[in-house]
Amino acid sequence: MLQRSLHSARTGVEGSTESLMRLRRQSRIREAVIQRLLLTCALVSVFTTVGIVVMLVVQAAGFFSEVSALEFFTGTQWTPLFQPRRFGVLPLVGGTILTAGIAILVALPIGLAAAIYLSEYAHDRVRRAVKPSLEILAGVPTVVYGYFALTFVTPLLRNVFPDMIVFNALSAGLVMGVMIIPMVSSLSEDAMVAVPRSLRDAAYGLGANRFEVATRVVMPAATSGIVAACILALSRAVGETMIMVIAAGSTPRLTFNPLESIQTMTAYIVQISLGETPHGTVEYYTLFAVGLLLFVMTLLMNLFSQWFVGRYREKY
Amino acid sequence: MIHATVSLEAKGLELWYGKFQALRGISVVIPHNQITAIIGPSGCGKSSLLRCFNRMNDLIPGSRVKGEVLFDGRSIYGADVDPTEVRYRIGMVFQKPNPFPKSVFDNVAFGPRVNGIQGNLEERVEHALRRAALWDEIKDRLHKSAMQLSGGQQQRLCIARTLALEPEVILMDEPCSALDPVATLKIEDLMKSLVEEYTIVIVTHNMQQAGRVSDMAAFLMMEEDRAGTLVEYGPTAQLFTNPKDKRTEDYITGRIG
Repeated sequence: MLQRSLHSARTGVEGSTESLMRLRRQSRIREAVIQRLLLTCALVSVFTTVGIVVMLVVQAAGFFSEVSALEFFTGTQWTPLFQPRRFGVLPLVGGTILTAGIAILVALPIGLAAAIYLSEYAHDRVRRAVKPSLEILAGVPTVVYGYFALTFVTPLLRNVFPDMIVFNALSAGLVMGVMIIPMVSSLSEDAMVAVPRSLRDAAYGLGANRFEVATRVVMPAATSGIVAACILALSRAVGETMIMVIAAGSTPRLTFNPLESIQTMTAYIVQISLGETPHGTVEYYTLFAVGLLLFVMTLLMNLFSQWFVGRYREKY
Repeated sequence: MIHATVSLEAKGLELWYGKFQALRGISVVIPHNQITAIIGPSGCGKSSLLRCFNRMNDLIPGSRVKGEVLFDGRSIYGADVDPTEVRYRIGMVFQKPNPFPKSVFDNVAFGPRVNGIQGNLEERVEHALRRAALWDEIKDRLHKSAMQLSGGQQQRLCIARTLALEPEVILMDEPCSALDPVATLKIEDLMKSLVEEYTIVIVTHNMQQAGRVSDMAAFLMMEEDRAGTLVEYGPTAQLFTNPKDKRTEDYITGRIG
């Protein structure tokens, strides 16, 4: 009775306890529905990943029932589309590593230098103007980069290397390097900016100049973030497709000469997907074997990066 | 009382951060081989003044200095003066211990390394650590991370890091504010032993500490526009027992601040 009168005092309406309870129940149900809905959305990406992995593994199993894993992983000839057929994936892996290597050789020094400039040298106003414009680079569609490599960079490079092939690893790698500069610089800069002011003060107080502060204090303290940025950029380079299809060629060849035409794993997958390869044939299944390998490679890189960040994160 | 020779001298020093004036008309003479305390209520510009003595304020965008700071009679704000050389000869210890996330050894060796000092680095590091009364505690952990030391040890490491450069002056910006009483006493004892070789300027808001360690004391307050000015400067004993200015007396007896 007391409770009832308290309730009515609170709501100001006599006998409204039941409606109040109903309202509460409704809102509880709504909460539960919302929670389920959000959970479903979160699970979409998880299920997609699982689906992709299952699909890749099942289809790749079809491939490995016809071709031995030994041949696949150690063979140096990749000619699944014509006789004699060979299924050694190394030329594709080599092409991927070559172009990604060139890209990281470009992106690492330039990206780090840009990050150092932005975090240690640039005035606030400059930083606010430069950082977004660097990030625009990341927004350019990769097909544009591909044609930029083919129609601008390659002719330019041919002035230097006259006997360079039109489709080549160097030009594609260089342009991809430019493409991933913003990843390296932006993430590295975030890591450097997070280094506390007090460490910089300490170094300046000991007579260090700006460059010494940047290279001997800020960069080492930001190592974990910088390494994570580089690995992320590298795995982006390994997975990059369009530039490779357009500018790097479609000649699987195990070479470390960047002036030659090569084929990357991604470019091969595109070639098969577009071609007239009939379903159910070994050629068709190579798609999944190569795709699975690519997936595993980038997954390992990301796992390594996570492990590294956790292991070497500095606690200031 | 000021018979000792002059180490640092500020003449009509003014400091701005952008449009905000942080210090106005500060003139003060810091004697050699003594401990000078800068005291005053929070926000009165104590740390700002200290940071004028080794040009640390240069690093803050928009900061501007007028007037003069003389070090051994030479202006440290002269056009021909390299601020990194000033900071190398006038060391600094900060409020919170801020060792680099490197080994103990690399922390102490940092200054000699960046300044290209020749000679036996191991000896120099050992000497600095001994001088900072830290050697016996950590001689077996030289190559362990400095982040594992206790707060008091970290602060003494920061002092050792400064000593490794053999500076002439050590500026200390509330060096004990993050430490417990035992660690604080250790630092104070250390200061008293270091002052035989070095000139020390310490900012503190702890009156007892200023009374315990300092020979000279400068009392700063802010004016109505929040710019810090020097109210009174003199031997600590005199300032504490017989202040000339009413505001100093009020502050020391705990009536303001």
